[in-house]
Amino acid sequence: MSDAASDAANKGGELTVRVWRGAEVGAFATYLVPARANQTVLDVVTEIQRYHAPDLAYRFACRVGVCGSCAMTVNGVPRWTCRTHVSRVAKAGALTVEPLRNLPRIRDLACDMAPFFDKWKAAGGRFEGGATRADLPAAVDPASPKRRAADAGIECINCAVCHAACDVVAWDAEYLGPAALLRAWTLVNDERHLARRATLDRAMGPGGCASCHTQGSCMAHCPVGLSPTEGIAGLKRMSLAAMFLGDR
Amino acid sequence: MMERRLFVLQRLTALALAPLVLVHLGLVLVAVRGGLTAAEILSRTQGSVGWALFYGLFVVVVAIHAPIGVRNVLREWTGLARGAVDWLALGFGLLLLGVGLRAVWAVVG
Repeated sequence: MSDAASDAANKGGELTVRVWRGAEVGAFATYLVPARANQTVLDVVTEIQRYHAPDLAYRFACRVGVCGSCAMTVNGVPRWTCRTHVSRVAKAGALTVEPLRNLPRIRDLACDMAPFFDKWKAAGGRFEGGATRADLPAAVDPASPKRRAADAGIECINCAVCHAACDVVAWDAEYLGPAALLRAWTLVNDERHLARRATLDRAMGPGGCASCHTQGSCMAHCPVGLSPTEGIAGLKRMSLAAMFLGDR
Repeated sequence: MMERRLFVLQRLTALALAPLVLVHLGLVLVAVRGGLTAAEILSRTQGSVGWALFYGLFVVVVAIHAPIGVRNVLREWTGLARGAVDWLALGFGLLLLGVGLRAVWAVVG
């Protein structure tokens, strides 16, 4: 954008940004920041921290949609803030920014991700390999059905947007959640994973796939366009097949 | 594994319920031939092995299917302990089975 155009955009005035301050108990604070052309929600939060509230806690790392650190609730919707343009989400120049839902709040916009990753482990999400450094890397055929089934899921950036979007996670503390189950789905399709059966059993166990209501909020909100719903359906199919046809 | 078995049982019984419910609803429409009396129904059903098997199967399938769903609802929406929910669901299933089979016997016996 040329300087002139940039200046014109800057004349757009100010954004009114309500930001959650505190932990579980807290309140919204309102900040006025300049509206610019091409600014992301993360840019706005950073601007508030730099110029208005140096003690504002929030989390980010890469700023380009790879690391999955900066997810927050923006105007009531869970989003990756670094790739969310203000122009797309602001309503009449107003933004409300809160921490993600369904996770304990540490301070301001930062929430505790530990329960999220604990559920990964509970779903059997830990890779168990059998190869040593003396072995050649496994030759996985990219065209094999299993590899193709895991193609999408392995792109998950662990941002917890789906976890925050899921209503079942909100009302059922035991439910493992879409991210953990999608992780399990990629693992049971990984031919190098030795604990395949254990992962499948845990993903179908208490709080697992059977608790999913197939509401699809996870896939509607996933910033990288993945479908945990599809992975959960895949786990159910695989589990049924394992039960009736024996483990394959 | 109980969760998986219950999940599978719920799906399989749903599969069986689909035609059973359709036949049952169709029957309700067809059975009414210019008014309906208890005597008229009983004259057609009593001693019928076919209807006994049809509704006997219906009751058994419902007694498996419904408590699994009720168990899920109770687990998600009440603060009851897991064990209590399981017993409640089992009791509900046995109740459905008992009441249902008794009704089938009353109609075809």
